[in-house]
Amino acid sequence: MRKLKINKEEYQIFGIKKLPSSVFSLPTFLNMKYQVNEKGYYGEFGGAWIPEMMYTNIDELKCRYLEIIESEEFKKEFDLLLRDYVGRPSPLYFAGRLSEHYGTNIYLKREDLNHTGSHKLNNTIGQILLAQKLGKTRIIAETGAGQHGVATATVCALKGLECIVYMGALDVSRQEPNVKKMKMLGAMVVPVHSGNKTLKDATNEAMRDWINNPEDTHYIIGSVVGPHPYPDMVARFQSVISTEMKIQLKEQTGSEFPTRILACVGGGSNAAGAFYHFLDDEQVELIGVEAAGKGIETGETAATLAVGTPGVLHASKTMLMQNADGQITEPYSISAGLDYPGIGPLHAHLHKTGRAKFLSATDEVVLQSVLLLTQKEGIIPALESAHALAALEKIAMKPEDVNVINLSGSGSKDMETYLDYFGY
Amino acid sequence: MKNRINHLFETKKENILSVYFTAGFPELNSTVEIIQQLEKNGVDLIEIGIPFSDPTADGPTIQRSSEIALKNGMNLNLLFEQLQHIRKSVNIPLILMGYFNPVYQFGITRFCEKCAEIGIDGTILPDLPLDEFEQEYKPVFQQNNLHIILLITPQTSEKRIRQIDEAGTGFIYMVSSSSTTGAGKKVEDFQRSYFERIKNSNLKNPQLIGFGISDKETFENACKYASGAIIGSAFVKSFQPEYSIEKSVSDFVKGIIFAH
Ligand SMILES: Cc1ncc(COP(=O)(O)O)c(C=O)c1O
Repeated sequence: MRKLKINKEEYQIFGIKKLPSSVFSLPTFLNMKYQVNEKGYYGEFGGAWIPEMMYTNIDELKCRYLEIIESEEFKKEFDLLLRDYVGRPSPLYFAGRLSEHYGTNIYLKREDLNHTGSHKLNNTIGQILLAQKLGKTRIIAETGAGQHGVATATVCALKGLECIVYMGALDVSRQEPNVKKMKMLGAMVVPVHSGNKTLKDATNEAMRDWINNPEDTHYIIGSVVGPHPYPDMVARFQSVISTEMKIQLKEQTGSEFPTRILACVGGGSNAAGAFYHFLDDEQVELIGVEAAGKGIETGETAATLAVGTPGVLHASKTMLMQNADGQITEPYSISAGLDYPGIGPLHAHLHKTGRAKFLSATDEVVLQSVLLLTQKEGIIPALESAHALAALEKIAMKPEDVNVINLSGSGSKDMETYLDYFGY
Repeated sequence: MKNRINHLFETKKENILSVYFTAGFPELNSTVEIIQQLEKNGVDLIEIGIPFSDPTADGPTIQRSSEIALKNGMNLNLLFEQLQHIRKSVNIPLILMGYFNPVYQFGITRFCEKCAEIGIDGTILPDLPLDEFEQEYKPVFQQNNLHIILLITPQTSEKRIRQIDEAGTGFIYMVSSSSTTGAGKKVEDFQRSYFERIKNSNLKNPQLIGFGISDKETFENACKYASGAIIGSAFVKSFQPEYSIEKSVSDFVKGIIFAH
């Protein structure tokens, strides 16, 4: 049983009867500094830079998403599925031996224990319910590591909807178990051969599909990227992570505020979810960790904030890896889920304002962190999530600090990489 | 000087043929020759594509031509250099078409000024949305006598069509059906009701129909409902390595408008 032993009122957050503090209504933000404005911007970043062919769909979403996801009926369905299908709340686990190793307190938010093995399902559950309310019958998605693809294929099986997943051909070959899972779940997986054959190219192809199928299709974007309202919508669905964190921290440490929260950042959805309800609590340090690949100075990197400049990609004005001519440069990371040349506009804004700090970790260091967690705690993390762990090597932590790592996913999908590298 | 696009639509009311190609394809330095040959063969209007690494509104043909153009070394600085003296040899209206990001990095003001200096008459930036254009960029386009051509699709609402007609200048780019470029449509696939609806809605801007116009038959059919039509992918696809640009262009254009 992974139920929280805390007072009844707070427990109700995961229940379905009483929702005084449902995942959506929990905090009333005192200021809007880190929230999206009505035009879809976080500061100077965001917007909906869509061609007219996508306008009708995006406009429908923009006009209806809040009304739908804030309705009592939606919240009930969403919370019930999160509890009974996803397996929420996910535990907040005090990692004793890892804490000892670093001489501080380390808690792991166990998103790896969700059904399908990552945080991605929080978002796809929300979006499939939304798609149904919009009367859509055909679902498309992009995927990098395959986790979002699996999470999408899963909710499509759950609801009996047609599912097409676009995946870069390179990722198809490096994340084979997930490809097979998606197929078994009844989804069609379309390998994308353009560009670098990774996540960016899969996203291009999914957008093209949507342009070609404007009436019956909903595009389930897998991160806090893309045109408004996606970044805000996905962040809201993922915000359940920090809702739970606050309650669990209060119970376990006596305070709902940790010293810092660390999360890996590809597009930034698990980080957005982990940061969400702490954005206005400026005493909590927020740290996003990007994939440095072979090192930010090598050019073979996916650390967008470290090497990027502002521009427009995938219908959003955000920080991008690009050359002086505005051509997007190809990212590199060992982790398919972080191998993306952009970042969600929320994070570009958090970076610009200094509200969050962004570090990066190289493939090499990340793999060592995988092994460390595996052998200290008996938890094999996803390559993506291990980027957050790797940051522990870099930051100064005091013995009394409370550090929360958002452990976004499980390493099952990466076993082949691990076995190859470590030579077991 | 009068904008050449206005002049065209004032003097020619039907069967206007506009052709798109990707700058830097098939060869880096094909640009000027393609433009000259298109004019020589009777094309009325040319859309010069600025290649982008992530052309999300384009089908496979223009994706490929863009990829090759970029590999060949095309970029906006170079394109402007190639076009520097284009008005010494070409009189028909020229449009630059491309995704927003390369233009944004070049600098919007600098881009518009450069267009004016060279004699470019309009731009099509499909992922620059109407509201961003109106709030940020309209004055600098106007100051440089540069038309901004906006798109409508079969899904565009009546109200939005009016807004687009109000904000856009030059002509309206009517996307023939819901698709990316080069969708290989047949005449039967066109939604006549949409075409007729637009034709009868008395817009201030003339209209050209594009996307999926690939041959004489689709061109002539589109011309029944608008001032003319735009051909892109089919033209890009027609370049064969064994033929000169002169022959490629002439064969292609003759196949569309011969005997009109
Ligand atoms: C386990 C895991 N963590 C993180 C990510 C990165 O996505 P995001 O930055 O949106 O959380 C992925 C993406 O595939 C993932 O599978």
